[in-house]
Amino acid sequence: MAYGKKVLDHYENPRNVGVLDKDAKNVGTGMVGAPACGDVMRLQIQVNDKGVIEDAKFKTYGCGSAIASSSLLTEWVKGKTVDEASEIKNTEIVEELELPPVKIHCSVLAEDAIKAAINDLKSKAG
Amino acid sequence: MLTPTYMDYSATTPVDFRVAKKMANYLTMEGDFGNAASRSHYYGWQAEKAVDEARSQVASLVGADPREIVWTSGATESDNLAIKGIANFYHKRGKHIITMKTEHKAILDTCRQLEREGFEVTYLEPLSSGLLDINVFKDAIREDTILASIMHVNNEIGVIQDIQSIGDVCREHKIFFHVDAAQSVGKISIDLASLPVDLMSFSAHKIYGPKGMGALYVSRKPRVRLEAQMHGGGHERGMRSGTLATHQIVGMGEAFAIAKAEMLVEGKKIKQLRDRLLEGFSDMEEVVINGDIEQRVPGNLNISFNYVEGESLMMAISDVAVSSGSACTSASLEPSYVLRALGRSDELAHSSIRFSIGRYTTEKDVDDTIRLVREKVEKLRDLSPLWDMFKEGIDLSTVQWAAH
Repeated sequence: MAYGKKVLDHYENPRNVGVLDKDAKNVGTGMVGAPACGDVMRLQIQVNDKGVIEDAKFKTYGCGSAIASSSLLTEWVKGKTVDEASEIKNTEIVEELELPPVKIHCSVLAEDAIKAAINDLKSKAG
Repeated sequence: MLTPTYMDYSATTPVDFRVAKKMANYLTMEGDFGNAASRSHYYGWQAEKAVDEARSQVASLVGADPREIVWTSGATESDNLAIKGIANFYHKRGKHIITMKTEHKAILDTCRQLEREGFEVTYLEPLSSGLLDINVFKDAIREDTILASIMHVNNEIGVIQDIQSIGDVCREHKIFFHVDAAQSVGKISIDLASLPVDLMSFSAHKIYGPKGMGALYVSRKPRVRLEAQMHGGGHERGMRSGTLATHQIVGMGEAFAIAKAEMLVEGKKIKQLRDRLLEGFSDMEEVVINGDIEQRVPGNLNISFNYVEGESLMMAISDVAVSSGSACTSASLEPSYVLRALGRSDELAHSSIRFSIGRYTTEKDVDDTIRLVREKVEKLRDLSPLWDMFKEGIDLSTVQWAAH
């Protein structure tokens, strides 16, 4: 299967790879997927006191499309409020990266990851 | 354009130049284009002569009588003809068949079809090395077992089954024994004059012959009968009708003749290259070889780079053409059933890469591959949350995953 240009770009030069302090109050961590399925994504967001995402990091075990989906998502959420970030749909990722049908689950996983990170953040705020 | 280094010889091989050249003589008006079944004129006789010569070449590589070779369209058809042919012909004797979970899909799906038709099939588990425990095989034999089908060399992990011992057990119990030799013929020696094997499948394109061409060995002593699966003009002694594809057959014959002449020397060279490749990975962390390393065909190395997903690694090393047992290479999302049958964890199965080396692989190809793989595995591990967890000492099997 040939990969789209945008997938290759994110795959070869992934943005925002790394780790944030998962114990910090203003950091939300979402880890989704399972090794058995061949993808695990860890997505982290750091918010400022206005509820705006000022940093985002990821690490992903998975195929090129999974890596590209999470890389793209970290780019998109930066500068957005938590509420805005929670509205990102997997279909937008599919469209941007031109993912073929067999790779749609990668984008679903990325949407799950940002939602999980936001939930984690909210649970910390109590 | 600079093409990637080819390290997927187990998938297919290029046609040897000598083979292609010979094949070209059997296509055009200037060549021997005739129908081998035309008994009444020169064109037919020429084609028949070429087919006979190729039949001898194929038989000669495996120690068979030329009359024991039936031409087919490839190993998949040979497997179908052998298994369905025996089952349909001897079904009154019994309805039980034994095979292994690690067989090629051409065997497994054929057996599934026979199950739908009322046969019972036992799918044996291999040892973690990929090899068959002969006692497990003996225990599976029943009164009504008519056929066992065990592959000689596994296509994914390259392990060599002990077909002599399995065949001896089959003879003792009067069970027909079929062997899929698509991945072994021309790579390791096969002598059907002494091996207790009744049926053996061959493919041309795995050893530098053309695609779309294969053969089935059908033993004459003891005599084995098959019910034909392809009906028509009664070619191949009624076992497989259809006009013979002279150029394809000649190509297979030539490829087998070259293999016979060069196999020993070539095998040594290929094994050296394979060992060099393995040595290049030997000091890396969390690298696991899949399948027995001793009982293995020279050109195969199936290896898992733990915590790196196979397809992303293939994408990273796109300058080298290889295969992966990762689910992502198929639409099913299931990782390799062969590696699962060895008891490999899902993540190890997802992380597997099959390198297969062949006639045109060079030392430089191997060294470039080692360098590239090492660099990209490191990069992908830096990207892998599983690698982080491993480094933190977390046992991944204890983690509650949010499966999707």
